[in-house]
Amino acid sequence: MTDLSMPQTQPRTQSATGKIALRWLLYVLLGLFALYYLMPLFVMLTTSLKSLEEIRTGSLISLPREVSFDAWKTAWSGACTGIQCEGLRPYFWNSVLIAVPAVFLSTLLGALNGYVVAQWRFKGANIIFSLMLFGCFIPFQVVLLPMARLLGMMGIAGTIPGLIFVHVIYGLGFTTLFFRNYYVTIPSELTKAARVDGAGFMRIFWSIFLPLSLPIIVVTVIWQFTQIWNDFLFGVSFSQAGTQPVTVALNNIVNSTTGVKEYNVDMAAAIIAGLPTLLVYVVAGKYFIRGLTAGSVKG
Amino acid sequence: MSEWLENHLPKVVLAPSFIAVLIFVYGFIGWTAWVSLTRSKLLPKYEIKGFIQYERLFDSPRWDTAINNLYIFGALFIVIAMVLGLLLAILLDQKIRVEGAIRTIYLYPMALSMIVTGTAWKWILNPGLGIESMVQGWGFPNFEFDWLVNPDYAIYTIVIAAIWQSSGFVMALFLAGLRSVDGEIIKAAQVDGIPTWRIYTAIIIPSMAPIFLSAFIVLAHLAIKSFDLVIALTGGGPGYATDLPATYMYAMAFSRGDIGQAASSAMIMMLVVFAIVVPYLYSELRAKND
Amino acid sequence: MKRFAFATVSTLAVAAGSSAVAEPQAEVLHWWTSGGEAKSVAVLQEEFASNGGTWTDMPVAGGGGDAAMTALRARVLAGNAPTAVQLKGPAIQEWYEEGVLADISNVAEAEGWAEVLPASIAGHMKCEGTWCAAPVNVHRIDWIWANADVLAANGIEMPKTWDEFNAAAEKLQAAGVIPLAHGGQAWQDATVFEAVVMGIGGPEFYQKALVDLDPEALTSDTMVQVFDQMRTLRGYVDENFSGRDWNLATAMVMNGEAAFQIMGDWAKGEFLAAGKKPGEDFLCASTPGDGYLYNVDSFAMFDVDGDDKRAGQELLAKLIVAPNFQEVFNLNKGSIPARTDVALDKFDICAQISAEDMGSTSANGSLLPSYAHGMALRGSQAGAITDVVTAHFNSDISSQDAVQQLADAVANSY
Repeated sequence: MTDLSMPQTQPRTQSATGKIALRWLLYVLLGLFALYYLMPLFVMLTTSLKSLEEIRTGSLISLPREVSFDAWKTAWSGACTGIQCEGLRPYFWNSVLIAVPAVFLSTLLGALNGYVVAQWRFKGANIIFSLMLFGCFIPFQVVLLPMARLLGMMGIAGTIPGLIFVHVIYGLGFTTLFFRNYYVTIPSELTKAARVDGAGFMRIFWSIFLPLSLPIIVVTVIWQFTQIWNDFLFGVSFSQAGTQPVTVALNNIVNSTTGVKEYNVDMAAAIIAGLPTLLVYVVAGKYFIRGLTAGSVKG
Repeated sequence: MSEWLENHLPKVVLAPSFIAVLIFVYGFIGWTAWVSLTRSKLLPKYEIKGFIQYERLFDSPRWDTAINNLYIFGALFIVIAMVLGLLLAILLDQKIRVEGAIRTIYLYPMALSMIVTGTAWKWILNPGLGIESMVQGWGFPNFEFDWLVNPDYAIYTIVIAAIWQSSGFVMALFLAGLRSVDGEIIKAAQVDGIPTWRIYTAIIIPSMAPIFLSAFIVLAHLAIKSFDLVIALTGGGPGYATDLPATYMYAMAFSRGDIGQAASSAMIMMLVVFAIVVPYLYSELRAKND
Repeated sequence: MKRFAFATVSTLAVAAGSSAVAEPQAEVLHWWTSGGEAKSVAVLQEEFASNGGTWTDMPVAGGGGDAAMTALRARVLAGNAPTAVQLKGPAIQEWYEEGVLADISNVAEAEGWAEVLPASIAGHMKCEGTWCAAPVNVHRIDWIWANADVLAANGIEMPKTWDEFNAAAEKLQAAGVIPLAHGGQAWQDATVFEAVVMGIGGPEFYQKALVDLDPEALTSDTMVQVFDQMRTLRGYVDENFSGRDWNLATAMVMNGEAAFQIMGDWAKGEFLAAGKKPGEDFLCASTPGDGYLYNVDSFAMFDVDGDDKRAGQELLAKLIVAPNFQEVFNLNKGSIPARTDVALDKFDICAQISAEDMGSTSANGSLLPSYAHGMALRGSQAGAITDVVTAHFNSDISSQDAVQQLADAVANSY
């Protein structure tokens, strides 16, 4: 903890009013930034509560004259995403089926990889790590076509396992990075001592490293869940009827070209589709900072 | 046998991921390189025709705009998001009463996909609908904020929205860094009468160097992949003033059926990434392995 | 995990179960996902089902079909093509050349498509002599929409030439009305551009410049005039046009903020949805000049395995062109039927004008494909032109420079 605001250790003479003014300034600044971050959410929320008539005639960024939750109901269970007008509901489950196993697998693999790269350095381990890290930067548009071909050859094109596979592969770079940076802070003497005691590679991982890993697991899970849940490009390319994730459905609701636009439903749908990730950030946000603090960001 | 396995287990564990990365990252880069030398149109073809796609690429004024935008956008986005993230983290670290709530507010944009927050941003930044008309309505008729519709400034609105989305995450990284700085050293410095700002610049910030690596990687990867953002906010416009290489590539490959051209732009993009990221990774990793 | 595995297995079982039954089946990839459009497609699905077919919906919206095309490419490369795909214009022939389209000539011949479709539209549905796609509708692109009250208040008639339009616009501007409601998105710029090309150059010039890509036409003085007119039009739109969605521009016409909008006939749907009456609250006319620019939506059938899927393709093709669907669908969508023998009593005045003009222009050869909506050119050429058009409209490039860039871009697009 950096206790820079502790007055008793401040040797310089500052008047009490000056300190209070500074404190106020601090809160005003933080408040202004909060406004900047909240503005789009405010626009989305108010729009989702307005009637279409009010949106068409009124200012786009003003409070609703009459609050109505119809748009929310429509977005969840009535908006047309094609010939089915069942809203986002059916697609939600697909996203869960994709995100949960993909997050689990990529986190597990990332933990193992990070463990190897950080604690079992062998010749070339660093090069392998760098190569994997560089993989984070490949634009996904590049891999769409060859990936489609390979998924077809593997017989999992258009299926949920296919989507899970893709997400696990392209999540590896980041999960490995997170765990590697975390495990590198654990003294290698620990591993050495355990080996002297006769513990093997897996044994050390399961009984020493994994129990220490909760904070970084939280960070990795949050990161991966956000990425996979919000993914659109893979979802649209590697799905077929019946396996489309919620982002594709959201896009179908929002992105009509020649139809009449229902902005209130669009906004409600967007918030609904974002709720799981929002919830994760709100609920687990505390652990997120704690997890990062616990060492993930230390070299 | 089991001894061999025990000795080689680390490599065996790493192998599947490594092979996957070799195929699905480097194999695909190789595939793209190959296709960039062909005249593939709607679907990939494998007959090599030379460097025609690269010639076409460098003849295209739109590509010039896209690559320039990447430099402007990438540099501003990474630098501002880092500075802002650090600033917010320092401000939040002053024993703020409602820290949890404020932190969540700063962090939440990362959780939402740009598909629709883009629409909200579009309205906010549009001079006729958003901030400009609002402030003018408050009685400042000369207030102007028309970047979104100005071809010379539109790219900066992309920066604004991108920073909105990611700076909270960077703040979280730095906040975590601040929290793990050794408190004893700081106390000692304070007792010695070193001014607060000096404590930050001379002690705390340098000790967080590794965080800059994490933040840089996260931000650089977001900058290069920025795609949804542009599509949702400006659609590349006005004209094609806010095109980025990722949107250029996507337009070529998927809306224009010009896969060879898309592949060549992808290769140049990878080269840019390579030129920026590799030296950075190299120096960072080497320093850490001493 | 167990639960997940179970769910996967059960979805696979469902898929396997339904394909075992030999009945018409179709997985349809389309991008009609919003209210009115989706309801129109639902009509087709119902007919399909009442003929014993099973329809699997695969909607992908976005970017006027860009996202759907991305998905299509991935599906074809994976060897997992959808049964039927919403495709239009030369893209049909492009896919045919990749060898992935199915032949539906036997349906077309049995149903006598050649007799009921205008020749130029039928041409889009054929690939080297065989029928490979089924047309759904005809959208007219070169429409100009106007707020009736605003025109009346300023004593303005619907313009017949671009000079008349300019004169009207000056008058409106002086009266404090925005003359032209426009959304500065590349495809909207292109939509206006092609209407101007048609209006100033005439149908023959349009054919030469934007269909045949004749370099002489592209660099001609007429093209310079076209860009001049585009620059003039730029002066008639408000400052905040950039990035505006087309429907917001339509709303400006509706509430009297602006007088005119140049947009395809889907704009009518927006007026109607707001309870406005054609001929009373809003006016529709073709943009100044002769000719007719069409955008025909169609479905192409992909090569697939399985008798049930092939039966599905044939049934689908038959139903799409059948009079009943053509009528119901187009009443919903704002467009007109592709076949010429459908009674138009139930259609509104704008649709009737459209159908009448389609007949007359088809006879004199000025029924032409829209370049802006992917009917006239392949993707890379159309895209190259749009890049120049939108760059010119959004900057201060001179018309001469624009013409030169146009020729260069087209040459560089092959």
